[in-house]
Amino acid sequence: MRIGDAKQTYEADEAIWTTSTQKFWFGLSLLFLLVFPFMADSYLLYLGCLVGIAVISTTGLNILTGFTGLISLGQAGFMGVGAYTVAWLSVNTGLPFPVTLLLAGFMAAAVGILVGLPSLRVKGLYLAIATLAASVFLHFIFAEWESVTGGMGGLSLEPAHLFGWSFQSDFMMYFVIVPLAVLMVLAAANVFRTRIGRAFIAIRDRDISAEILGIDLLRYKLMSFALSSFYAGIAGGLFAYFYRVVTPESFPLSMSIFYLAAVIVGGMGNLLGGILGAAFMTLVPEALKLLTSALTPFYPNAPVFMSPMLEIIFGALIVGFLIFEPHGLAEIWHRIRRFFHLWPFKN
Amino acid sequence: MDWMFFGEISLAGLAMGGLYALIALGFVIIYKATRVINFAIGEIMMFAAYLFLAFAGGMEMSAWIALPLAVIGGSLLGGVIEKTMIRPMLGESPISVVMVTIGIASILVGLVEFIWTADPQLLPSFLPREPVFIGDLYLAPKIAYGFLIGSAVLIVYLLYFRFSRGGVALRATASDQAAAYSMGINVRRVFNMAWVFGSLAASLAGVLVAATGGLSPQFGIIGLSVLVVVIVGGLDSILGALIAGVFIGWLETVAGAYFGGEYRMPATFLVLAVILVIRPYGLFGTHEIERV
Repeated sequence: MRIGDAKQTYEADEAIWTTSTQKFWFGLSLLFLLVFPFMADSYLLYLGCLVGIAVISTTGLNILTGFTGLISLGQAGFMGVGAYTVAWLSVNTGLPFPVTLLLAGFMAAAVGILVGLPSLRVKGLYLAIATLAASVFLHFIFAEWESVTGGMGGLSLEPAHLFGWSFQSDFMMYFVIVPLAVLMVLAAANVFRTRIGRAFIAIRDRDISAEILGIDLLRYKLMSFALSSFYAGIAGGLFAYFYRVVTPESFPLSMSIFYLAAVIVGGMGNLLGGILGAAFMTLVPEALKLLTSALTPFYPNAPVFMSPMLEIIFGALIVGFLIFEPHGLAEIWHRIRRFFHLWPFKN
Repeated sequence: MDWMFFGEISLAGLAMGGLYALIALGFVIIYKATRVINFAIGEIMMFAAYLFLAFAGGMEMSAWIALPLAVIGGSLLGGVIEKTMIRPMLGESPISVVMVTIGIASILVGLVEFIWTADPQLLPSFLPREPVFIGDLYLAPKIAYGFLIGSAVLIVYLLYFRFSRGGVALRATASDQAAAYSMGINVRRVFNMAWVFGSLAASLAGVLVAATGGLSPQFGIIGLSVLVVVIVGGLDSILGALIAGVFIGWLETVAGAYFGGEYRMPATFLVLAVILVIRPYGLFGTHEIERV
């Protein structure tokens, strides 16, 4: 149970954590993330890394779609730009990974600005289709610009390295991916405490009103595109270092839909929702795999049905959440929290 | 330049474009009535084509019985989707509705893989096989007859929506739902019928396209080409769907023949991008003016 807390300053109102309970739980989760790799087996570590990458990319898409109201079907394409930048740089220059990752982010951001340019003229679904076109072009470039991208065969790269350390194992990659994910989510949370973040939200709520309030629509929409694809670029770069091979087929349209689904299932315009959605959508297929291997002794052809089941569950999750729980997992989370806040009073 | 080759390719492309026009018509009917951009249209086509495969191949019915059955199955599917999954989303933001149709597409792909496996299939051939010559130009018979059937249905649709009560009800609903409702038009029924008739057109085209090019769970990709068609033509314009359908079908085939298959999508999406920048509402679409 928690007693209502009166806020006395604007700083307190805008703070990321408004109560000491929240700080406590945040600290506890950080501790868990720190201890996790030492306790987990290699499979769990692998999952942890996957979720970390998904969280970064989903948070990026959440900035664009959830907070600025611009739908993008190009997230996988932006991730591809980041991944190819990292792959090309590490094959051709041997720069250490923090530099290549940063460059991957900026490269993706530049492409994002280019793709966002039509957003002044078109909005809503038309914009979604414009980003779809962009992702078709990007896929085409990945597949055809052989001198840079290696064509359909793609690029293979060395493990990430820094100060003579080589980040070859999932264990080492975990300590790159997860701290970055935490950092980038916190950075996003801070963006929404500034003028820029508030401008994004104003544009989402009503673009015309926002413009009348003095928000330069094109500038802030492009900024949102740049920020979102920066996140996608970093996620793509980590993807490249994690799998150490990048091909045009690594970033299909279905991946863009996956991230959009993660944002929706998690809860649009909610950073916590983005995290929950990314983790949930990454773990559901894995849970299904576990279930399948558990069922195989009894139904020998269970693995045959796994991939169709996965498609059906994926679709059903999107449809089900949109119809029955439009605010996503974040809303469920809040409901659980409310239950504890009101616990002894509400029967 | 070999004009003969160009002519034959163009002819095949135009015939394919005729089928695109039919699918786009289905898309536009659904959009006009319910304002839903249906990303699942390719999957509805695929589902109908698999139904045809089951009736004609599995149960060995005559193709001329299997075809109507498959088309009816596809349109019923459209009606059920509207009733169960699109209606609850009425009034939600367009993003959400589009995502629902994407989810439906995923469910349909899964169902098809579940029932018919993910392997590519060939439909039993049911169209005449004598080669067709127009002047000196050869046209593959499957494409030619597919085009003939497709355009016949297209003309029936156009006449129906121009002159029948149902067509007037659809157009009235499209222009103003509340006014249509107060004039005694059953708007909910129009929504449902639009999905049924839109899916019917798509299903027929689905069987015809699958008869020429084979069938697999990836068949739904064709929905992306149709998306290009309707954006270029204008989402709510039947005329636009026809013209853009034929043009995009032609462009896709010509680009594929001269530059290779990997150029098909970029070529059509380039047209899409240009249209989005200079005329976002499409060549013939209504320019929506936003009122505050």
